[in-house]
Amino acid sequence: MSTPQSLSLTVNGTPVRHFVEPRLSLADFLRGDLGLTGTHLGCETGACGACIVNLDGQPVHACLMLAVQADGLRVDTVEGLSEAGTLADLQAAFHARNALQCGFCTPGILVVAHDCLGAWAASGTVPSREVIRDALSGNYCRCTGYEAIVDAIESVAKARAGRSDPQPGREAAI
Amino acid sequence: MSAAADSPGAGRYIGRGLPRPGARRLLAGRGRYTDDVVLPRMLHAAFLRSPYAHARLGVIDVSAAAAMPGVHRVLTGADFEPLCTPWVGTLSHFKGMRSAPQRPLPTDKVVWAGQPVVMVIAETRAQAEDALEVIAVAFEELDAVVDLDAARAPESPVIDAGAPDNVLFRTRIEAGSTASAFAGAEIVSVDLRFGRHTAVTMEPRAVLADFDPSEARLTVHQSTQTPYQFQDLYARHFGLSEARVRVIAPDVGGSFGMKLHLYHEDMAVVGASLLLKRPVKFTADRMEAFASDIHARDHRVRARLAVGPDGTLRAIEVDDVTGVGPFSAYPRTSAVEGNQVVRLIGAPYRLTDYRADLTVVAQNKVQMSQYRAVGHPIACAVTERLVDLAADRLGLDPFEIRRRNYVTDDMYPHTTPSGYRFEKLSLATCLEKLHALMDYPALCAEQAALRAKGIHRGIGIATYVEITNPTPAFYGVGGAHISAQDGCVLKLTPAGEVSCAISITEQGQGSEAIIGQIVAEGLGVDRDHVRVLTGDTETTPSGGATWACRGAGIGGETALQASRKLKARILEIAAAILQAEPGTLDIRDDAVTDADGMPRMTLREVANLAYYRSDLLPPDVSPALTVAHHFAPRGYPFAFTNGIHGSLVEVDVETGFVTILKHWVVEDCGRVINPLLVDEQIRGGVVQGLGAAFFEECRYGETGQLLNGSMSDYLVPMACEMPDIVIAHVETPTLDTELGAKGCGEAGTAASSGAALNAVNDALRPLGAGISQLPMTPERILRALDVI
Repeated sequence: MSTPQSLSLTVNGTPVRHFVEPRLSLADFLRGDLGLTGTHLGCETGACGACIVNLDGQPVHACLMLAVQADGLRVDTVEGLSEAGTLADLQAAFHARNALQCGFCTPGILVVAHDCLGAWAASGTVPSREVIRDALSGNYCRCTGYEAIVDAIESVAKARAGRSDPQPGREAAI
Repeated sequence: MSAAADSPGAGRYIGRGLPRPGARRLLAGRGRYTDDVVLPRMLHAAFLRSPYAHARLGVIDVSAAAAMPGVHRVLTGADFEPLCTPWVGTLSHFKGMRSAPQRPLPTDKVVWAGQPVVMVIAETRAQAEDALEVIAVAFEELDAVVDLDAARAPESPVIDAGAPDNVLFRTRIEAGSTASAFAGAEIVSVDLRFGRHTAVTMEPRAVLADFDPSEARLTVHQSTQTPYQFQDLYARHFGLSEARVRVIAPDVGGSFGMKLHLYHEDMAVVGASLLLKRPVKFTADRMEAFASDIHARDHRVRARLAVGPDGTLRAIEVDDVTGVGPFSAYPRTSAVEGNQVVRLIGAPYRLTDYRADLTVVAQNKVQMSQYRAVGHPIACAVTERLVDLAADRLGLDPFEIRRRNYVTDDMYPHTTPSGYRFEKLSLATCLEKLHALMDYPALCAEQAALRAKGIHRGIGIATYVEITNPTPAFYGVGGAHISAQDGCVLKLTPAGEVSCAISITEQGQGSEAIIGQIVAEGLGVDRDHVRVLTGDTETTPSGGATWACRGAGIGGETALQASRKLKARILEIAAAILQAEPGTLDIRDDAVTDADGMPRMTLREVANLAYYRSDLLPPDVSPALTVAHHFAPRGYPFAFTNGIHGSLVEVDVETGFVTILKHWVVEDCGRVINPLLVDEQIRGGVVQGLGAAFFEECRYGETGQLLNGSMSDYLVPMACEMPDIVIAHVETPTLDTELGAKGCGEAGTAASSGAALNAVNDALRPLGAGISQLPMTPERILRALDVI
């Protein structure tokens, strides 16, 4: 159960080799072994979404995976995605719209929003507010009431689709 | 509608919807929350928790656990007895209140399911949890006190063996003669039940204690709103020098009142660090959070309202029974919520007579105490449900009955029958603004048209009055070491920038941002040149911190006055150099100017001179460019705010599901410092209130087991269930301060559940049904409709 095993993976573009206990979760590995504390643990049961990172480009709950399951794969956390500039427009929109308060849920929401924005862009669609709200159905936020988050993502979706919306705002709608 | 507009009276910074400077760090994943802090030689704690709600403790065998790999120590209640004095959650201004003394871990019995019983300290959390598996505890189960009414029955088991019954506190408020007011009046009544819910902060509680015996110094990193309060508690209960106890609240992942209470685990972690002389960390997992974070509400309120045939509200009688867990929370007690319920009911209205009874009852459940909007949602829902029932009885529109009965503008200052004093509210203005904002006539027309098609929409409104900016009348007079003042140390650095250390704290609401705005405007400097420090007892002056909507009003005024003081210092030095009178100089855009704005010297030049060339100053002019200032409100005991919510819902009468279509808020928090942040406080608060209205409930079984203590089972509002929320402001500044700001943190939560309750009942009314229990789950709605 506790004999460490070799683990090799790429984290935020850097090759990493560690020995870890098989029972160690990917989230605990990122936070504890690598000091990547931007990945947050809110429930450890895959409900809250605060721990979501990209695994080979797909969002996953880092709390629901064992670190050893990521062997040979690529993990990107909020730190890496930030430093690469991948999230820059989303982060700017979140900042301007105050789409975060305590910030604990934010890394997971950014990773999910980034993935959805990619899918919407690939399909050539601009999401409605309802679609954005549905896309966030795996992310808890206890501070904002969600509306500012929806506003921020909507403004980025429009901007990326070429319908610039430089002042993150919105039209009143039921 | 776009995101928040600037306040009509906006200055250079005050009143402007500016983003928070500190948010960029959080967006980059560079936040530093308590669990992120790692110290050399740090150990980890895990707790064995009671599986029983009520049981006597027998032999605890920890021998196998102590021998497990990585385990450093296994501690039980007896280990803490010599270290830590017990605490009792009463305050002297709650006359006759009692509560059993508490210790870090129990020695004789357990009183709720989830209570920590044994603590294991190991190299890693996983090793500590491994060791919990091999601890044997002999529990002798006792009958549990669970139901609110049963707890008061004569045959009920008594939780505190030294007490005659399970009642912890009782009070009555009586003004005038309700009996005569009810005579000959129309009478409407309610019997409302409010479920237990809990804060569910995204970051669970976390505490890391680090005792250094060489200097008898204790440093505690803790996810809390109130570092000064914990500094006092740790020093007093562990017999340490207060000056050698440092509490640091780093980034805090949500608190909402939940993290300002003392928890048994906090004391156990501090005690363990004292014993082991090493850093010890405990971070609650989510299951532990549900089983040990304070819960909120849990009231049954029976109330009746007397109304004259002309629609004049006369009197209210109230009986509030609230279940608070096995003991009263410390150091703020579990009586404040009920006390606020019985004092706030009826507050917006011209009542002649009032009587309220409050009974605070112990149960074998998690402790109940202050959570966002303490008491307000209960008082609001009770009052506004009664008013709607009266309107219905008399055939009046809900807006009209309120219009006729609000405290009027010529009545201020106004004292309510329960004794609260209002400086000035804007009830009628907010009502009319909401009417227009909702386009109420159009909504009513649409509702009628849809009803004809079998679609059941409901419109509800709810007025609130909110307590903000508390003086020592709140806690200090009762003997609590909880400050009502704030302190600010403001420094012009040698490079001419500004450093501001202040006693209010940040949990994401934007305390640091608004203080930066106030200081920048007060001094006449660029906001980017102001650095605000909070959340560390060693680097900031002592004060009240952030709770009860006091940060902007009291902390903000402190910062404003401090900035005036530093400005005077800067101008005195500049005047000496410029051979001018200080009164003829000003500071604008980081430069000392003439009265007409002509720059004379930059702040960098003033600071350079004061720090590096003080020899050039006249001997009677001090070079000091650091000022300290404290402010405590001295006028009204509280700065009351007001506002009104509107709710539009659609009830599916087949399934009982409710769609929340839209929500409106018109609020008056006095001077708005940052409308962007105020709006988001309101929205977040509204959604927490809607959680209480529709989803959130800590459900217990007959034996006192929490049945839904996980994020999968306990429902909190999600993005897809929440509506867009329209917000408008009225600004009635308090004249007690120069800044004029009151609080806005509870305004969203205070009335959203009451508005939703009225809206759902409005939808059900044509069907002859009504609902009087929160949360309004589909099952309860179907029962109300007699479908199940």
